[in-house]
Amino acid sequence: MSKPVDHKKEVLGDGSGGFAILFFLLGLVASLIVGWVVYPKLLYSQKNQPVDFNHALHIDLVDEGCESCHFFREDGTYSGVPKLAQCIGCHEEVQGETKDEAIFVEQYVKQGREVPWLIYAKQPDCVFFSHVAHVKAGGMDCVTCHGHIGESASLKVYEENRITGYSRDIWGKNISGLKTNTWDRMKMDDCSECHEEKGVNATSVQTGKGACFVCHK
Amino acid sequence: MNKQHNKAKKFGMVIDLDKCTGCGACMVACMAENNVPFKADETNKLDSITWLRVYKLTNGKSFPNADFCYLPRPCMHCEGSHGHSPCVSVCPATATDYSHETGIVSQIYTRCFGCRYCMAACPYHARYFNWWDPVWPEGMEKYLNPNVSVRMRGIVEKCSFCYHRYQLAMEKAYYEGRREIEEQEYQTACTQACPAGAIVFGDLDNPEHAVHELKKNPNAFRLLERLGTNPKVYYISSREWVRQAGDNYLRQEGKSEKN
Ligand code: HEC
Ligand code: HEC
Ligand code: HEC
Ligand code: HEC
Ligand code: HEC
Repeated sequence: MSKPVDHKKEVLGDGSGGFAILFFLLGLVASLIVGWVVYPKLLYSQKNQPVDFNHALHIDLVDEGCESCHFFREDGTYSGVPKLAQCIGCHEEVQGETKDEAIFVEQYVKQGREVPWLIYAKQPDCVFFSHVAHVKAGGMDCVTCHGHIGESASLKVYEENRITGYSRDIWGKNISGLKTNTWDRMKMDDCSECHEEKGVNATSVQTGKGACFVCHK
Repeated sequence: MNKQHNKAKKFGMVIDLDKCTGCGACMVACMAENNVPFKADETNKLDSITWLRVYKLTNGKSFPNADFCYLPRPCMHCEGSHGHSPCVSVCPATATDYSHETGIVSQIYTRCFGCRYCMAACPYHARYFNWWDPVWPEGMEKYLNPNVSVRMRGIVEKCSFCYHRYQLAMEKAYYEGRREIEEQEYQTACTQACPAGAIVFGDLDNPEHAVHELKKNPNAFRLLERLGTNPKVYYISSREWVRQAGDNYLRQEGKSEKN
């Protein structure tokens, strides 16, 4: 009695098995596309800097190179992105004919308003980073961590993670997690990777690596 | 292990209870320095957050023998044995850690998920749970200390020995081409706020720091020392009942005379 039923099932099973595999493959492809292409696009919103800034052009004009605008204060803290005070010496009046400079002078310099620069490298609030430890004590150059921003002719688009609000430069562009340049991303693991290599303060009881309070506050 | 290791330090405190007047300046300085959240109504002390708390001890006697003593209690930054302090040992999330470089017990708020094992493990009640997100009075968020990250609901926080001040002191040292800092360059907010000079802070292992000598005072003791927590906060009191209150003693144990 049971035999024919089994037989029927087998026949049916064959037909739907083919469809099942087809649907499985279609579903797989669709979810791969969503996961690898659509989602990363949706995850990040794109913003332009308030004013486009040309590093290559300015570096020939200033006297002290990068330090003219990105300098250490006497207490060892880093000035970071420049304030109007670093620009005003030259930009009291419009210098050239570019639209960006006109916007910069009209909307910011003339009104005494600081430019709300978007910071690509900005780390979460709980992170402590020290430029002086790396640049002065460690003798590292800016390119290792920031890439070639200092030589660029324009500022790239700033991408913000819609969920965390963090800059895309922290997690990097490559979603498969591959890293070709040291500056491709700057997650906790990337800081740690270099710290482990260089043996920086591996004094944690919990991990045997860098203690949490080296980089956190 | 490597040349990049800075010399190991063991930061700690010596608090002279004979000098403490219980004014609470240290508590205020601590709250302001470390962005410690507070509520409009703090009458229920069980859920208020005080990284540094001044307790009042009494000897339980009646006039004319009544006596009291104020005792400020920060986190003790217990070393335990080889850095296995009670809280670090129980944390399932690696959110709290002990550094052999500074001897400071860290708390990473973003890592903590609020299980509160550490609070149960801490014999000093030095750890506090955030039952609510902090609400700052209008405009006060502009006065928050940017060097200390703010906390959120559902996580545990505690005194860090103003670790951010160490980070800043190190930045200045690097800027000036040094790798070591002076005693005065790294001081906690409570130490500097104390008008009586009762709190002294420094590297317990460094003979040039005041705490190195002070901790050897015959009247120095640590809280609940017998538990083996190996705390880094020492207290000094010339009064025997105060020293005895610092730990659990049998009735007649260790008493030199009847008092
Ligand atoms: C005339 C002033 C000036 C000089 C000189 C200058 N910069 Fe900048 N830099 C800026 C401004 C303005 C920005 C835009 C801020 C931003 O990116 O949000 C910037 C941004 C950067 C950033 C990106 C920071 C971030 O994460 O957003 C890097 C990296 C940087 N500069 C490196 C350099 C280097 C390297 C040099 C020397 C070769 C240099 N800069 C010289 C003005 C200057
Ligand atoms: C070891 C890696 C590293 C090196 C080397 C380094 N930076 Fe940075 N930089 C960072 C990180 C990480 C941040 C983000 C800091 C934060 O958000 O707390 C940052 C932030 C910045 C910012 C924005 C700071 C702000 O918040 O205003 C500027 C500008 C900058 N760096 C310029 C430079 C320049 C110029 C140099 C070379 C002299 C340099 N950096 C070298 C890692 C590095
Ligand atoms: C040493 C003098 C000098 C300083 C300092 C300086 N600039 Fe300029 N900048 C110039 C000159 C000259 C030009 C005109 C170039 C042209 O258009 O021919 C210019 C052009 C510009 C432009 C338009 C070109 C472009 O796309 O970059 C912007 C925007 C600008 N500057 C912003 C800034 C900001 C922001 C600062 C301060 C962080 C600053 N500059 C500091 C001299 C200076
Ligand atoms: C390419 C290598 C490299 C990367 C990437 C790097 N660091 Fe470092 N870091 C070092 C070195 C080397 C030192 C030690 C410098 C010295 O003292 O000579 C150091 C020191 C430090 C210090 C000071 C430690 C102390 O005891 O004073 C802090 C804080 C720090 N790093 C944080 C970070 C953070 C946060 C990141 C990631 C955003 C990071 N570092 C990424 C190499 C790196
Ligand atoms: C070498 C530097 C370094 C050390 C050491 C380090 N961190 Fe981090 N950590 C970072 C940086 C940079 C970030 C931010 C980038 C990211 O999210 O990966 C971060 C992010 C985090 C975050 C996520 C925070 C957020 O808002 O997204 C947690 C949680 C965290 N760290 C916990 C820890 C704990 C716990 C330890 C000690 C066991 C530790 N970290 C040690 C550099 C460090």
